[in-house]
Amino acid sequence: MNAGWAAARLGIRRGLIELKQTFTNSDSLLPTLIMTGSFLVVMVLTRNTKVPGTDFSLGTTMLPSILGMGIGVNGLASMAGLLAAEREDGTLLRAKATPHGMTGYLVGKIVAVAGIALAGVAGTLILGVFLFHGLAVGRAATWLTLIWVLALGLVATLPLGAVMGSLFPSARSTGLMTLFIGAIVAVSGIFYPITHLPHWLQWLGQVFPLYWLGLGMRSALLPASQASVEIGGSWRHLATFGMLSGWAVLGLVVAPVVLRRMARRESGSGVAARREKAMLRVG
Amino acid sequence: MAEDVVLDVRDLRMRYGRNDVLRGVTFSARRGEVLALLGPNGAGKTTTIEILEGFRMRSAGQVSVLDTDPAHAAEAWRARTGVVLQSWRDHARWRVRDLLAHLGAYYAPYSSPRWPRPWDVDELIAAVGLTAQARQKVRRLSGGQRRRLDVAIGIVGRPELLFLDEPTAGFDPEARRDFHDLVHRLSDQDEATILLTTHDLDEAEKLADRILILAGGQIIADGSADELSRRMSTQAEVRWSRDGQRFIHSADEPTRFVRDLFRQYGESVEDLEVRRASLEDTYMTLVRQAESGTGPETEAVRTFSVVAG
Repeated sequence: MNAGWAAARLGIRRGLIELKQTFTNSDSLLPTLIMTGSFLVVMVLTRNTKVPGTDFSLGTTMLPSILGMGIGVNGLASMAGLLAAEREDGTLLRAKATPHGMTGYLVGKIVAVAGIALAGVAGTLILGVFLFHGLAVGRAATWLTLIWVLALGLVATLPLGAVMGSLFPSARSTGLMTLFIGAIVAVSGIFYPITHLPHWLQWLGQVFPLYWLGLGMRSALLPASQASVEIGGSWRHLATFGMLSGWAVLGLVVAPVVLRRMARRESGSGVAARREKAMLRVG
Repeated sequence: MAEDVVLDVRDLRMRYGRNDVLRGVTFSARRGEVLALLGPNGAGKTTTIEILEGFRMRSAGQVSVLDTDPAHAAEAWRARTGVVLQSWRDHARWRVRDLLAHLGAYYAPYSSPRWPRPWDVDELIAAVGLTAQARQKVRRLSGGQRRRLDVAIGIVGRPELLFLDEPTAGFDPEARRDFHDLVHRLSDQDEATILLTTHDLDEAEKLADRILILAGGQIIADGSADELSRRMSTQAEVRWSRDGQRFIHSADEPTRFVRDLFRQYGESVEDLEVRRASLEDTYMTLVRQAESGTGPETEAVRTFSVVAG
């Protein structure tokens, strides 16, 4: 078997091992659970609030939006944060010192991050079905749409996350990125219909993949009548597909170049220097 | 190039901005040799080793590692080399055995009868003395255990050429001894070529077939520890006691001095000791000469390195 493909398969195994580590480790699981829990609380509290102009629950509307956001934030922020942290601690250098280790590392990271994101969606959705009324889970179209939006959403965000993680100079500076992503979330119509934002902010929100992820998930899980709340009164599947595909292509074109450049610059003394710097901050 | 030359470096230069770190480094290594690269901090040891590892681009010069230029080496070349990195907190959640089994698997496609890859994971864990910790998480390891794991990761692919940058920093004496045994085993049984940097002169003397001293961006000495001290020190220290009194004398020709001593005092000479300059003395002298710039001694050093090299 070709050594590159063998490494990709090792990467899948690596991802599954790391996934298992995440789910058996309270340190890594707790923040996710707290985050998901607090979103659920917000959704439950707004269960009886109506989406303006309709008779539909705001909490129920929020659920698919938050699922979409979860995919996007994991794909962007988790991927970037992990890559920056593991560049700093030397994980990447070890991968570089191993034949086809970078392939294995990246495949593993994609499997692990996608796995965490999908597990989050599954968990929240299962709880949501019990807690909220009005989710349209009985249609075949629901699941078809769910699958392509989830898959395309991951492909649109994971490479971008990897690019961001490669560009940030240290794990610490990714805090800035979290802020940036928070700002995007705010204009993406996740917690409140985007149509209630000023026009220029609506345009801004529609540039980024998070809005489209939320829209796609709402189109999958909400009754068709709720499309009336959206921009243009439509789920805009074609536009969703186009925008997410656009981001995916951009990420897939840019990521190999940026990652290769980043990997080329990794060296033992580089890791040692960053370790010293980080120690100074701690000490 | 000879068949068994594994490492061949000629006139290697490295410049960062206007700072010349390496100013024409030249040396080579044959299959199965253990080379220790010594030198003061900032002499360019790590830069040299990183260029050979293929982790850093050089400014000029020829470098051949396993008949390949590491700057343009493919993954198959990577599989034949091993790098011992200093871990920090990477793979903290992995268990020792899982990690070694996983990293080893990348080398399986490059296995050959002569170099079966990877190293059997349990055998490897035993070889570095981590059997009791095999199921432990990496973050639970002590500093010394972690370094043993670093060594294990570096050799899991059964490298033909192994790079070790300060491998025993932080080892206790026992771990150090075990590590030395492992290095001997790698070079004797597997005929692996090993290039290590260290600040521990005693270690260099014990491990290395050949010692290279890098100072001021150049190799200022190249030879066995024995050759080095023999060439460098013309004087030896002679200690003895007579009638309960202790004497110390520096002699240019210790053999003749001792012969005269016995002729003069006969059996009253006791506790005789003749000590050549240690590697440490030699090292200090060489480095000081190199750092003080040109001088009559520098010429002597050059002559030496030509003779030994």
